[in-house]
Amino acid sequence: MISDPKRVWKTARNKDTSRNKLANKHFKSPLQIDHTESLYMSNQQTELLRFTTAGSVDDGKSTLIGRLLYDSKSIFEDQYEQIKQTSERRGEEGVNLALLTDGLKSEREQGITIDVAYRYFATPKRKFIIADTPGHIQYTRNMVTGASTANVALILVDARHGIIEQTRRHAIIASLLQIPHVVLCVNKMDLVDYAEENFENIREEFSQFASKLDVVDIEFIPISALKGDNVVNKSDQMDWYHGGTLMHYLENVHIGSDHNLIDSRFPVQYVIRPYSDEYHDYRGYAGRMAGGVLKKGDKVMLLPSGFTSTISKIDSYDGEVEKAFPPMSVTVLLEDDLDLSRGDMIIRENNTPEISQDVEVMLCWFNSSPIREKGKYVLLHTSQDVRCLVKEVRYKLDINTLHRNMDDKSIGMNDIARVVLRTTKPIFFDSYRRNRHTGSVILIDESTNETVGAGMII
Amino acid sequence: MSYNYSLNHLKELESESIFIIREVAARFENPVLMFSGGKDSILMTYLAAKAFHPAKIPFPLLHVDTGHNFPETIEFRDRLIEKLGVKLTVGSVQEAIDKGLVTEEKGYSASRNGLQTAVLLESLENGKYDAALGGARRDEEKARAKERFFSHRDEFGQWTPKNQRPELWNLFNSKKNMGEHFRVFPISNWTELDVWQYLAEEKVELPSLYLAHERDCFVRDGVILADTDVITRRPEEKVEKMKVRFRTIGDMTCTGAVLSDADTLEKVIEEVATTRITERGGRADDKRSETSMEDRKKQGYF
Repeated sequence: MISDPKRVWKTARNKDTSRNKLANKHFKSPLQIDHTESLYMSNQQTELLRFTTAGSVDDGKSTLIGRLLYDSKSIFEDQYEQIKQTSERRGEEGVNLALLTDGLKSEREQGITIDVAYRYFATPKRKFIIADTPGHIQYTRNMVTGASTANVALILVDARHGIIEQTRRHAIIASLLQIPHVVLCVNKMDLVDYAEENFENIREEFSQFASKLDVVDIEFIPISALKGDNVVNKSDQMDWYHGGTLMHYLENVHIGSDHNLIDSRFPVQYVIRPYSDEYHDYRGYAGRMAGGVLKKGDKVMLLPSGFTSTISKIDSYDGEVEKAFPPMSVTVLLEDDLDLSRGDMIIRENNTPEISQDVEVMLCWFNSSPIREKGKYVLLHTSQDVRCLVKEVRYKLDINTLHRNMDDKSIGMNDIARVVLRTTKPIFFDSYRRNRHTGSVILIDESTNETVGAGMII
Repeated sequence: MSYNYSLNHLKELESESIFIIREVAARFENPVLMFSGGKDSILMTYLAAKAFHPAKIPFPLLHVDTGHNFPETIEFRDRLIEKLGVKLTVGSVQEAIDKGLVTEEKGYSASRNGLQTAVLLESLENGKYDAALGGARRDEEKARAKERFFSHRDEFGQWTPKNQRPELWNLFNSKKNMGEHFRVFPISNWTELDVWQYLAEEKVELPSLYLAHERDCFVRDGVILADTDVITRRPEEKVEKMKVRFRTIGDMTCTGAVLSDADTLEKVIEEVATTRITERGGRADDKRSETSMEDRKKQGYF
């Protein structure tokens, strides 16, 4: 029997907690304290930023990631030694930083990236997760996957070639997936003599194109990943550029508003019932906040029943939670004894999501066998698993031009289409534009169990 | 008063991991948590306790014991199990050797790593587990960088890179056929430094092996190994007293130590933050070839 579960884990070794508790509450500039403490305290303030990288085959994407890792001193000696040896063996000039992000044996042999790989690095300000996605035409699915959780998209362009078909495709995907911030990295500036004109032309052309897209925040940075200009360190070759480096951008871009904090949505993920003497009547609804803010005393409505209740407590292992907001995992307790289960949703009264069996989505298809009109699939949405029928394919989207093709409704691998689905029971959703968590679905083929599509609800 | 609606990165990672652990409990009939005694599996157990609080962890722990564990690891494990009130299953490599199910490697660099895989697969099959939660992280090794949270394994327990499902948002496909199972990695997005910072901040108890201590060691191929009766030393390998700590804890035959004065978690964090060698750089099993991790994973290793 454990009366205080925390005692299981606490050690006598670290008794002095007062200093750290204080650090939690009152932010002090790291400059005020010695090195050890700043290291320890800085993480209290460190935000997590996820970004994705897109570029066509030779745009230098792997080199850019290698450069970010190398110049931010996130590369270990043994890793560096390994790629140095490989570079020498291949007879390459200098150390090829792109080798750092080469993953599996099969793709090292082919020299291409065939799947999303995740990389990590941190600066005192932020921790970064890179979803490194390949830029090949046939791998749209990987780009969509990497984009689905990203705060920022880095799109690479070769300064010599400017905006090409793939650049437009990457931007369209960033827009469809509603990545809040897009950075166009004009790379290989060293190969155009760091000329302002090249950069400005590309900026002009992309801005015009982007005005047709749903991207609010676009930044342009001239860089050379190979030489290191404006990646982590400011370039001394481009006096005409007055903006910050890419790293400066990544460390400072405002991501506090990337979550929906308005519409309270709490999909019930799991019901916690301890069945112990101490917690005899405990019935907690565990889940992760998908939108808005919830707190004790809030009047809530339960879906699909439509019953109302009041939050009696928001619980966690660390004690009562004052306010729950995305992406917190918490446990909600209600005043009334109601029978909620996985798939249900707790919302604030007077702010209901759409409740419907008819869902219209922009669907990205991932499978080599094409979508079957009138076909049935399993649909995953928040904590709900339902079945659905593909009622209609409205049009196929040309992801290079945004053209809506009403005549071609054969949707195959890597195609994006507007599709009408009918679910076996109502789901509770918001538009993807409003909320990425309650506006996204995936489709699974029941005969193969493969994930065949990803949809953004319109 | 305005509120700050953002989490620091450790709290966000914690929340993500708890979400995935709960997802496993909700989606699978018979999950199990892989427990090695290392810091990552201790973190996993701690996060699982958080995920279901105030209820107990609703699945058992499974330890694949090579028989070459540090005694400290086993003591720590047994104490933890008792405190948490969860069930522990042990898959014993020694038993498998005794029964003749597997054959032990011979020679100076003999390791039970390969045997571990066979015993792991057998334990999963015996327990009829349909999901095994593991503490692997993507930053550990390059073959892990592409690992999914929900990693599909065929009926032979094998991992096929091409057969993995895309993972979008936080929607995880756990559909499978009879006989297949999933490995699930809730702490995929944590780095070594994140783990240490979190364990220190949360004041989680760890085996003493992780802190600097005096120990009889010797050096083999640049790796510091503990002198124990399960490793046969070559004549030229001399035992010395060294002040060391372990960055990972696995089988004694292949877990390398680092010279260190870090005898508190705070000092460990400082060392980790400034260190220049990867965590698995001290693992002899990864040094066998450039793609050894990828090859082992394909055979069913974690």
